[in-house]
Amino acid sequence: MSHNPLLVLEKIVKQFGQFRALDGVSLSLSPGEILGLVGPNGSGKTTCINVIAGLYRPEEGSVFFNGNKITKYSLTKMAHMGINRTFQVPKPFKSLTVRENLIIADQYAKRPHQPLEELLDFVGLTAYASREAGSLNSSQQKLLDLARALATGPSLLLIDELAAGLNPSELDKMAEKIKHLAESGIAILLVEHLLGFINSLTKRVIVMNAGKEIFEGDLESAAKNPEVNAVYLGG
Amino acid sequence: MRKPLISGGIVFLIVLLFFAIMPSVYSNEDLFFQAMVYLALAQGVNILYGFTGYLPFGYVGFFGTGAYAASLCITLLHFPPVLGIIAGGLASVVLSILLSPLLRLSGAYFAIGSLAASQMVYYIVSNPSLQNITNGPYGINLESVYQPHTSYVTMIVILALVMGVVIYIRNSRFGLSLQAIREDPVSAGMAGVHVVRQRAIAWFLSALIAGLVGGAFAWHISVFYPTTVFDLNISIFAIVFTLFGGVTTVLGPVLGMFVLYGFYNLIGISEPQYFQLIYGILILLLVLFLPSGIVSIVKRRGHYVP
Repeated sequence: MSHNPLLVLEKIVKQFGQFRALDGVSLSLSPGEILGLVGPNGSGKTTCINVIAGLYRPEEGSVFFNGNKITKYSLTKMAHMGINRTFQVPKPFKSLTVRENLIIADQYAKRPHQPLEELLDFVGLTAYASREAGSLNSSQQKLLDLARALATGPSLLLIDELAAGLNPSELDKMAEKIKHLAESGIAILLVEHLLGFINSLTKRVIVMNAGKEIFEGDLESAAKNPEVNAVYLGG
Repeated sequence: MRKPLISGGIVFLIVLLFFAIMPSVYSNEDLFFQAMVYLALAQGVNILYGFTGYLPFGYVGFFGTGAYAASLCITLLHFPPVLGIIAGGLASVVLSILLSPLLRLSGAYFAIGSLAASQMVYYIVSNPSLQNITNGPYGINLESVYQPHTSYVTMIVILALVMGVVIYIRNSRFGLSLQAIREDPVSAGMAGVHVVRQRAIAWFLSALIAGLVGGAFAWHISVFYPTTVFDLNISIFAIVFTLFGGVTTVLGPVLGMFVLYGFYNLIGISEPQYFQLIYGILILLLVLFLPSGIVSIVKRRGHYVP
């Protein structure tokens, strides 16, 4: 990439008691780029997102955003700087309406973004705008998470398993949407189990296992990598 | 946004006109004063529990602190009563600042923590070693400034302020952010809301309300004991009225107070044994069939409740 990286992780270590969830992870991501993070359950993908988004503080290592060290920043500060995320288990404000969920992000993050009506349309929730978010099904709630994150006008978007539960045609549409977001200049870090979905979006994938990166490159090369195969197939 | 504000304004006017007119219709001013006290406290609980999800069992601690701080400012520092009431409100805010670490707790832990805190204040105030200042367990006498009519009007003004604040919260982005925090503090933070700050504002605001109401109450009844103003039943009444009517609305605590406190005054004093029974059944039925309060009958049908 010709750009300076937007996000840089340097040797991040995150420990829970004796367990090293992240063991020296480094990566970088540029504006408009999509980076896929894959690996078996418990390999540290979501922990990685939680460290970047400010939910966990790492024991060692640093996170840089736009060249600034942000390792100890709060969630709110991250949102104001333009870092946002979706959650593996969606976390909307359930008793508020879909539109109110977005209004909060719009009013409090105070960053430029697409108009809310366009965002609702983008995630296909226009018809549900006045419904309580708690009445939506799980995939709709994930989409609402995405719309709320977009309503904060992020320049870095961390997406945690958005595709789970979508049918094939919805998956294709979702892939188009994510590509569209990247084309608009947003850097996207994508944690995903559905490898086909990731493959349709990016050639740059990091495979993680036990808190370490074991491979970086495109998925086809990953499939030929003996270490990756050992992790996935137990071989 | 305009329609909700108008309906909130209508509730506001009806409630205040009721309390302004009723003493000349039915000459038991103390009854209406007490009703205003409970309504204002119920709205204070509404701000804290309804909008932010913290259930303050020890809410009476702020009420008692306000009552005592106002009284001591009047008796020892010779403040005019209204200034004393303002000092009472500020004293409660100071207490809430001291107690703000409680906000790190949640659910039952916060409820019990706030209860313990209110008991601590009670034991400090009623301690015989402090008799020189607080008169210890022997209470306060404000007979020299006793002006029941003026204190009644003052209470109407306080209630107006409280109702105004709740209408604002109900219809503002501040209120929306509080509800977001209640639903999910992590998501609220990610949406850019300053979680700790917004929560603290709601906490200070509800303490201020209880402190002002406590001060006005002290002035109105003019003779009281620590057990009067730190009575746990005050917390319980305020909480039950709010839940019975329905939280996060302006109307809910109003309905809760009128139904339950009205009922209490109808038969609670003349026939306490039936009252306790019927009260218990009423609350049980509500919890079983309308856990979100009376207003949820209308809300469920998709109508807006101010």
